[in-house]
Amino acid sequence: MLHTVNKSPYERNSFDTCLAHVKKGSAILLIEDGVYAAMKGTAPAKKLEQMMKTIPVYVLQPDVEARGMQSRVLDGVKMVDYGGFVDLAAEYPTVQSWL
Amino acid sequence: MGTDMTESTGGIDMDEQTSGVVKKFLYVNRKAPYGTIYALESLEVVLIAAAFDQDVSLAFIDDGVYQIIKGQHTKNIDVKNFSPTYRALEGYDIEKLYVEKESMDARGLTQADLLVDVKIVTAAEMADLMESQDVVMSF
Repeated sequence: MLHTVNKSPYERNSFDTCLAHVKKGSAILLIEDGVYAAMKGTAPAKKLEQMMKTIPVYVLQPDVEARGMQSRVLDGVKMVDYGGFVDLAAEYPTVQSWL
Repeated sequence: MGTDMTESTGGIDMDEQTSGVVKKFLYVNRKAPYGTIYALESLEVVLIAAAFDQDVSLAFIDDGVYQIIKGQHTKNIDVKNFSPTYRALEGYDIEKLYVEKESMDARGLTQADLLVDVKIVTAAEMADLMESQDVVMSF
């Protein structure tokens, strides 16, 4: 299952609830304001680092760049473009959007 | 849960080829009922899936648990109280309602506070449930 999060972790609980429901074999893709969860030296990034030991984490590059955060993305988080987003959606049998 | 092909299709003639595919649909509800339109929209889509005889489950997580609290009275906010609809879902063969224990505990709620029969599951069990679906719709 591919989990997408599109809300800031500071404004909503979507990110935390997502982390509580992710199983091995799944992946997380952060999009829109969800990308703020992947910024180095933050509380949500600490949680992501734990997650990344077992599952891959992606951010949507256009959303990172739009917010001027491209130099702050946590090491190990993979940047994907829109084509990469489509590939992920096709690779995993289902998608859960944490809104 | 199996579907009954002899059931009425509301006058629409459906043959085995078009009505035979049954997928597992999970509707994930994470919003409180009246602050946004999500809860009502979810309910509408759930009823559509039921009309197509699909294998439907509902999940209530985070503020979504507030959707099925007893004693909702909306007269003075001028919106429809759609909470009785959850009790009617049984009549559409939708009987699999799952509520997350952690979300209930965080809000000081118990099964007795809910207006329908549900299965209370842990977040880990909820994650398993999500993985077992063909389609997951989030609200």
